[in-house]
Amino acid sequence: MNDSASTILELSDVVRTFSVSRGIFKKKTKLHAVSGVSLSVQKGQVWGLVGESGCGKSTLAMMILGLLPATSGRITVNEKALHQWHQRNLSRLIQPVFQDPYSSLNPRKTIGQIVGLPLRVHEIGSKEDQCKKVKEMLEMVGLSPRAYDSYPNQLSGGQRQRVAVARALIMRPQIVLCDEPTSALDVSVQSQILNLLIDFRQKLDLTYLLISHNLAVVEHMATHIAVMYLGRIVEMADTDSLFANPRHPYTRALLKSVLLPEPGKRVTDPNLGLEFPNPFDLPTGCKFHPRCSEAMPVCRITAPDAATSPGGYVECHLYSETSTQDRNIDHSKEIA
Amino acid sequence: MKPLDCLEIKNLTVTFPLSAGTLWAVNDVSFTLARGETLGIVGESGCGKSMTAMAIMNLLPQAAQLQATGLTFNGQELTALNESEMSDIRGNRMAMIFQEPMTSLNPAFTVGAQLMEAILRHRKVKKSEARERALYLLEKVGITAAASRLRQYPHELSGGLRQRVMIAMALMCSPDLIIADEPTTALDVTIQAQILHLLTEIQREFEMTVIMITHDLGVVANVTDRVAVMYAGRIVETGLVSQLFESPQHPYTQKLLDCIPVPGKTKRGSYLGSIPGRVPSLIGDLSGCSFANRCSFCTDECLNNDPPWHQIGSQRGYLCWRNPEQISPYKGQGVSL
Repeated sequence: MNDSASTILELSDVVRTFSVSRGIFKKKTKLHAVSGVSLSVQKGQVWGLVGESGCGKSTLAMMILGLLPATSGRITVNEKALHQWHQRNLSRLIQPVFQDPYSSLNPRKTIGQIVGLPLRVHEIGSKEDQCKKVKEMLEMVGLSPRAYDSYPNQLSGGQRQRVAVARALIMRPQIVLCDEPTSALDVSVQSQILNLLIDFRQKLDLTYLLISHNLAVVEHMATHIAVMYLGRIVEMADTDSLFANPRHPYTRALLKSVLLPEPGKRVTDPNLGLEFPNPFDLPTGCKFHPRCSEAMPVCRITAPDAATSPGGYVECHLYSETSTQDRNIDHSKEIA
Repeated sequence: MKPLDCLEIKNLTVTFPLSAGTLWAVNDVSFTLARGETLGIVGESGCGKSMTAMAIMNLLPQAAQLQATGLTFNGQELTALNESEMSDIRGNRMAMIFQEPMTSLNPAFTVGAQLMEAILRHRKVKKSEARERALYLLEKVGITAAASRLRQYPHELSGGLRQRVMIAMALMCSPDLIIADEPTTALDVTIQAQILHLLTEIQREFEMTVIMITHDLGVVANVTDRVAVMYAGRIVETGLVSQLFESPQHPYTQKLLDCIPVPGKTKRGSYLGSIPGRVPSLIGDLSGCSFANRCSFCTDECLNNDPPWHQIGSQRGYLCWRNPEQISPYKGQGVSL
């Protein structure tokens, strides 16, 4: 997109399908978790990835972390394809922070062992050096030195998430992938963790990928936003454009669903209908059309191409470059 | 208690005797709820909001001890009732919607059986009448093909549909009071908006009284008429929803509002407000203000003596040593950062 010199992570047409057994004697069916995602992340950007549960956000995260191979497509980190990276070296570049600090920390290890593990794996420094580094890191995330010898169950949720951040940052990665980093936390603790992430972004020159269903948090943190629906990015733009002028009907429904802490407004129905589509039996054409209030005949037949929009693109027939009427005619011929 | 009041709670205290001392889960909580009103109880985990709900429903854990000078529902004193009299009210005149529809629906029974259970227990109705009522309410909560849904099991429904079933179930006996404990916390934002929209519509139509328990200030602002903010087992501030968001008085409420980013108001990437320290232990002697250790206005008085309740008008009040004159006007969310 921009100058490729600073592109730190690039996804092009990434697909991931799972073969799922739906009964002992039934044939395995394919589940399309991610179907054709392209994204170019520049150094220093913060990308917010939003969408409903089941839209493929977390599968995408697993692929970027190298924990799950892509079925097809290409992921490049620092201009080197992901499969060419040794997992050890990749993990020095990309580190995750997960949602649930209660289950992502080993209850049998002390905080010192948990945060120091990456240093031991990569054999960095002597034991004393490692210990010193861990203590420095704990101080940076605002934990007392006493935490070094404590176990995860002795810490509160917020402190555990600080440990998770410390563990992610101890290798000084370039990209930190945060998968719902504050969803399990109280509001007052959420703001502490977000402040920590904001702080480290400047200090350590980090690039974030932030997966969250909390749009207020994404708006606050992200420079760019990608909206996912059923395995595809249906709209992407810089945060200002997306919030000022949401184009895709799904993005508009999402933004309409955000409940601001300002009284006087009543909750409005986002008009999305009842059922999330069955991922085994995806709708034809535009995957969003069964829930879309602005669906046209063409939406049922063809999947929309990406139309460029300010700061990004949108995949919707409402903005197709060729007029919708032409498309209607084209496809009635094909079907005939 | 005015004749129009649905629920009046006076000095409700819930304690747990532990080996380390007494745990004060709910500490001297009082409020009244007018008929048709929606009260939001907001607070962070462990502040006693769910325990307050459980105390009203008389569903507290066995170890809990309840003291109250009054717990009046529809003019009836709840603390004086025995278990069988209470279960005549529960599920009938008052109902509850829980947070996780997956764990609060029984996986071994069909949706229909669970929907009809309460009405068959409380009313003299035929099974066919109960079924008709179930169908009517499933359609009311926006579920299509209701007849086939009655035969389905909870695992066959999505999270949003399950929560709709929970709401229909709560409505079966057309209760006067519904307590919704974090009804949308486990759901996606779009589904949350749908469910809350539905709840407010239904409340208006059936003229129900609702207690909405949540940690989400966005939900509170958009759904409730009046709010009680709880901290460490106590109500620290009450007020109409507009008053509370425009001029929060208690330092905790002010700081809580500063913690949340508001799209369009808070500057992107700026530091958010935060509350230093952590919630104090609720075990043992709790004299002094429970927020004192995290409050920037803390004085010796706050540490040693329980703060007084300042009542401003009939709807508004807060629990703090500072007088209303001492409190500088709140600058608004996103501005004071």
